Amino acid sequence: MSDVTLDMRLGKPWKKPHFIKNPVTRWGLIIGALVYISFATGSLEVNWSRVSEGLVRGWNFIAAFATPDFVSRGTDIRDGLIESVIMTITSTIVGIAISIPIGLGAARNIAPLPVYLVCRGIIALSRALNEIIVAILMVAIFGFGPLAGFITLSFATIGFLAKLMAEDIEDMSRVQAEAIKSTGATWTQWINYGVQPQVMPRLVGLSMYRLDINFRESAVLGLVGAGGIGATLNTAFDRYEFDTAAAILLIIIATVMVLEYLSGVIRKKVQ
Amino acid sequence: MLKIDKLTKRYPTGDLALNAVELEIPKGQVVALIGPSGAGKSTLIRCINRLVQPTSGQAILNGVNITALGSGALRSARRKMGMIFQEYALVERLTVMENVLSGRLGYVGFWRSFLRKYSQEDIDEAFRLLDRVGLLAMADKRADELSGGQRQRVGIARALIQNPDLLLVDEPTASLDPKTSRQIMRLICELCAERELAAIINIHDVALAKMFVQRVIGLKLGELQFDGSPDQLTPEVLTRIYGEEDWEATIEKVDDEEAEDEAVL
Amino acid sequence: MPVSENSKGQKVWQLHTRNESLIRWFAYLLTVAAFMWCWAKISESTTWYFVWDAPRIAADIGGRALPPKWEYINELWVPIWDTLNIATLGTILALMMAVPVAFLAASNTTPSKVFVRPVALMIIVSTRSINSLIWALLLVSIIGPGVVAGLLAISIRSIGFCAKLLYEAIEEIDQKQIEAITATGASRWQVMLYGIVPQILPAFAGISVFRWDINIRESTVLGLVGAGGIGLQLQSSLNVLAWPQVALILVVILVAVVVGEWVSAKVRGAII
Repeated sequence: MSDVTLDMRLGKPWKKPHFIKNPVTRWGLIIGALVYISFATGSLEVNWSRVSEGLVRGWNFIAAFATPDFVSRGTDIRDGLIESVIMTITSTIVGIAISIPIGLGAARNIAPLPVYLVCRGIIALSRALNEIIVAILMVAIFGFGPLAGFITLSFATIGFLAKLMAEDIEDMSRVQAEAIKSTGATWTQWINYGVQPQVMPRLVGLSMYRLDINFRESAVLGLVGAGGIGATLNTAFDRYEFDTAAAILLIIIATVMVLEYLSGVIRKKVQ
Repeated sequence: MLKIDKLTKRYPTGDLALNAVELEIPKGQVVALIGPSGAGKSTLIRCINRLVQPTSGQAILNGVNITALGSGALRSARRKMGMIFQEYALVERLTVMENVLSGRLGYVGFWRSFLRKYSQEDIDEAFRLLDRVGLLAMADKRADELSGGQRQRVGIARALIQNPDLLLVDEPTASLDPKTSRQIMRLICELCAERELAAIINIHDVALAKMFVQRVIGLKLGELQFDGSPDQLTPEVLTRIYGEEDWEATIEKVDDEEAEDEAVL
Repeated sequence: MPVSENSKGQKVWQLHTRNESLIRWFAYLLTVAAFMWCWAKISESTTWYFVWDAPRIAADIGGRALPPKWEYINELWVPIWDTLNIATLGTILALMMAVPVAFLAASNTTPSKVFVRPVALMIIVSTRSINSLIWALLLVSIIGPGVVAGLLAISIRSIGFCAKLLYEAIEEIDQKQIEAITATGASRWQVMLYGIVPQILPAFAGISVFRWDINIRESTVLGLVGAGGIGLQLQSSLNVLAWPQVALILVVILVAVVVGEWVSAKVRGAII
């Protein structure tokens, strides 16, 4: 069966076979990568005097974490935080509510083709547009404030949840769904008994995860005027009030940690 | 050559896996280690090369007390003990050749092993072993492309390229079909004979063990219950090791299968 | 118990017990109440006049933005190059830092569970929780505006993300392969090289490409806070309300995102 004999191998050097077999492609890729990296790093301009000046500030900022100032801009921080939380909660709830029909529509195994294409289109659009860019447009259209942030986050939630939900539905067990269909159930009954129980646990888990993401995102929307704690943070940086900025960042980190912990607990309970 | 003296292992959970086991194995002897699940078979061979740290007692290989070695000396001692595993334990994403050469890791430095720069003797020896176990053509295949029996052959080559004095074999056939199991056991025993290697083969298939080894050791609840030739494995002895069961069939079956096996050959 | 008796003594089946039902209804009520309160708050800080006017404004902006100012593309080549560099070099830099952090954080490779692991986990959580735009804001105020600030922002944000996924992959490796390599007499580093690295390499490649894809998206907006890339042009076009330019930039960003996703899907397919 094998035409390799021991004598052919003995005394010959051995080399690990290359991951990319074709030497032209291999060297082409290696050289291409090296050329790219050297050009890319070459095009970076570093203003060293500005950096050395900045290092002091950087150190001050790190030191500020030891003495975060929650008080002197206390009301700003509190209002910003409440606004962020409000945006997070509303946009997650609305996002989930809209994601469910779109997610159902984007699953090829239960939706007819035209509905499928429309829903997939909405998902693709929502995923392609960065939250910040959507927020800029929303602020331009709806004016400054949390409403723009709320709409942005809801829109982003749709792309995330509906996509994962649709994939989940497409992966579900056909047998269970068919069993329900064979009882003569209507379409809604079929969804309720055949599809929902299979998809629900993961949907709850993903929703919790999205709540966490929405909070993190809500912290930056303020930079473009769409409400939340980002505006306060931006002001703090502009005025070089690093101790206030440190306080805000610590609050964000702590909140994210709590949310992550909670979502872990809930996900364990559901699954 | 290998002397085990009052080797004891107590796990942090309080379970006594080995209780003062005493054992001596001369050069070139192949020993089967039998016993029910949880008897401490696996723990015993892992205590010898200290993948598991024994609680007390000694394991002495060629006059070196392995249990007392520091990490550097332990590495050199481990080179002299090849190990073969139940589920092959090949590094699945490396090629067959790399898996075999990984048996030389104890002999080469970090950078040479990183660059896969093994000496020509190592490479020749690896090819010779692959040829011996019948996998020469597979040298540049990835380990996860092989079948179970082929993987175990690679595992054997990896253990042998260490140039060991002792083979520690942990359930070599437990994941294989009966025919492949026999082939693997035969291969191990033949190689041990060729190279005058001592081996401890931890195995739960008593019939299979009786076919190939010169000596059988029975372990129960961490204690030595039996030490003798395969013929001395009477139903009474098996009852002592495993508990009450109709053992006649097991013993008879061996003879039948042996006859059958010879007929095939 | 889901089966109870009604007043006539008949057995009645319900999905939930009475207490469970009460808790469920209460939870729904609470959610609705919280939502209404939040909505009231949002409504309070919204100038509804603008909102009612929104369709007209949207139509107005749309009308002015279209068609995009195509010839403006000639001024975008350099920013596009910068954006690509921020994403790519940022990802490379992040991976270089994420690998050691991941090894320190994985419970089976960490040198010390009590001292080192919590520190590594802390790095992961803190870099992950903060959006790259905030990191950019911070770095711009420390080292000044420019591509380097953006690059560093992207890489810091990515450390936690990559390290988290990587350390989970390390914790899931097959321990028997490690045992086998250890038994040959290999040193600690050789065990790492032959036992651990081959097992996590596919996960590592997948994570790198995945993060690079995300970083392409994120690097397009870093310019808004002065950290280089095409976002700078977006910001300046927005400032002067040059909507046709904004439209072109959005088109470019969309194309970049689609190309990024396509490349990452290709590479992932080739590796795994």
